[in-house]
Amino acid sequence: MSTATTNAAPSRGWYKRNEIAITPWLFLLPAMVFFAYYVIYPICESFRISFYDWDGLGEATYVGTANYERLLFDDRKFNVSFLNNIKWLILYLLAIPLGLFISLFLNQTVRGIRLYKSLFFFPFVISQVVVGLVFSWFYLPKEGLLNAILAYFGSDGVNILGDPSLATYGIIAAGLWPQTAYCMILYLTGLNAVDPEQVEAARLDGAKGHKMLWYVILPQLKPATFIAFVVTIIGALRSFDFIAVMTNGGPFGSTRVLSFYMFEESLSEFGFRMGYGAAIAVVLFFIMLIFITYFLWSMYQDEKGAR
Amino acid sequence: MHSILKTSLATLAAASITATAAFADSHALSGDLKITSDMSNPAPRAVMEGLVADFGAMHPELNIELTIVDREAWKTQIRNALTANPPDVINWYAATRMTPYVDAGLFMDISDLWAEPEMAALASTKGAMTLDGKQWGVPYTYYQWGVYYRKDIFEELGLTEPATWDEELANCQAILDSGRKCYTIGSKFLWTAGGWFDYINSRTNGYEFHIELANGEVPWTDDRVRQTFANWRQLIDMGAYVDDHQSYSWQEAMPFMVDGDAAAYLMGNFSVAAFRDGGLTDDQLDFYQFPTINPDVAPAEDAPTDTFHIASGAQNVEAAKAFLLYVTSADVQSEINGGDALGQLPVNANAAVSDDKFIQQGFDMLSNNASGGIMQFFDRDFPAEMASVGMEGLQEFMVFPDHLDDILERLEDARQRIYQ
Repeated sequence: MSTATTNAAPSRGWYKRNEIAITPWLFLLPAMVFFAYYVIYPICESFRISFYDWDGLGEATYVGTANYERLLFDDRKFNVSFLNNIKWLILYLLAIPLGLFISLFLNQTVRGIRLYKSLFFFPFVISQVVVGLVFSWFYLPKEGLLNAILAYFGSDGVNILGDPSLATYGIIAAGLWPQTAYCMILYLTGLNAVDPEQVEAARLDGAKGHKMLWYVILPQLKPATFIAFVVTIIGALRSFDFIAVMTNGGPFGSTRVLSFYMFEESLSEFGFRMGYGAAIAVVLFFIMLIFITYFLWSMYQDEKGAR
Repeated sequence: MHSILKTSLATLAAASITATAAFADSHALSGDLKITSDMSNPAPRAVMEGLVADFGAMHPELNIELTIVDREAWKTQIRNALTANPPDVINWYAATRMTPYVDAGLFMDISDLWAEPEMAALASTKGAMTLDGKQWGVPYTYYQWGVYYRKDIFEELGLTEPATWDEELANCQAILDSGRKCYTIGSKFLWTAGGWFDYINSRTNGYEFHIELANGEVPWTDDRVRQTFANWRQLIDMGAYVDDHQSYSWQEAMPFMVDGDAAAYLMGNFSVAAFRDGGLTDDQLDFYQFPTINPDVAPAEDAPTDTFHIASGAQNVEAAKAFLLYVTSADVQSEINGGDALGQLPVNANAAVSDDKFIQQGFDMLSNNASGGIMQFFDRDFPAEMASVGMEGLQEFMVFPDHLDDILERLEDARQRIYQ
């Protein structure tokens, strides 16, 4: 029997000999090919186009870094969009504490709690476009519900989406509604995993109220908080839908963010500046890269700790 | 009855084409003809489908493939449609709006078609189809702009249609005193403000100046441009426009006029259908030409023209040209622009104009009282980028007129970059 195996060994095929090393790569190959073609290649292409002056139809002319010089040093629209991106990133994070408090509130056993949970989760299920539309009706200057409520309290009424200093905050508030629901569901699942023995032990030691929350519950919710942070940052950078539906970048461009500005410059009805749009995309890419690096680094640290 | 009329029209048109057109003379058209149209609203869609059916009946050998794309979506999809495997015939708009596609060589030069004798009847629109001395498409319909107003409110206040700027301001003051706004407008999508600028600028400085500005030959900081804005500001400072107009689309601004909170609307003739749907009768609704501001300049009018073009990559050029000739022929023009079809103005001088009150008034105005020239509209006369920056500035001016200096500097900065 043993001689048979030794005799067979040299006749084994190349694949058989390298099976352990090759197979994972074979499984990865389709995903890698698609990722390279649909993600890596377009990113490189964006970098390349950003050095050209191109209307998307005719000949492209190489202009060096002219697009970037104009964008970074001489473009008020870019400054407004960038500032709005910062506002989105900061204020959107409010969804995390809001989601946490709602989940703490809903994490109890009363009759019909499943229904209440579903109702709170409901805004996340409906499309962002619908949420945007509903909020833009809510904000309508004369007919809107918000102004009806304000009028009841004797206020003159306010046109949130028509006021350049308020419009962005109005859109962020609309965005927070579904995002809070998302964070809430993450925390609800996290709360299920909280160790009851630890809670019990803490209680015996006399911890309660915010001390219990801060020192016992929250540390155990750390994975949920991390995921909530990741999805909220990504959500803030993807705010395109709300802006397109609610204000279309207006009034007078005061609610643009970088992704909307990129679309407007290169792909919209009047946008014929592919090179300039690509330059905006590259800047946006680097902003995202900061966060992506942080996320990957922090996940890597976790993995190392787990070993 | 209807089908009999249609068939007889089709045969008439067939006769007129075969009689003269060199493109369709001895042999019948055959092969495939691919048409992509943006006539997606219900009435235009029916017109387009009717055109294809009738043209197909005339040329049984020809297999016509019609694709109808949403009108708004087409404004961005046209780029992809023209670059990869293009159709033969497409819809677009006249004047500077054609420039990117002409420059990129995506529209076919059809100057030879314009040399045909039957195209003489379209002479008035030839300029709008010409770039670099060549013609790049044919028009199929156009419509007037002007002030649509509530006749009953005017009668109640004892007002008449204003002919001069002073009368206009006096009228507006009377309307304001009665607790209404003079004009409704919804500037959320910006272009409605472009209409106001077209009119006030061309009435203040004349058509030539307006076109020079559109061509980037005059700085935005020019005193004449400032004069335009000063005139416009008179209305804004009076409070002539509805409040919060930056939050409404043009349709959402319509109820102000239907409900009688505003007396008038500077709009294109396509708004008439919406007014009628809103419940206004022809006794309540009327039309007047935008008043004179500077008596020394001849009146110019906005009359946007919608067009057909042949893609430069067209496979069946012969059939495409025959289709363009068919669409512009007098009988087809009378039919498709009739009150029960598009309800707009025919481009062929020999076609019959619908007896609709507003189309009649518009036709009369454009034929007899538009000696200054015909503008295509702000976003079609100005290059795309200038139009988008410009209309945003116009909207800001209407809300914050004090920002004017800043706005003009921004527009001037954009002009120097765009027209290099």
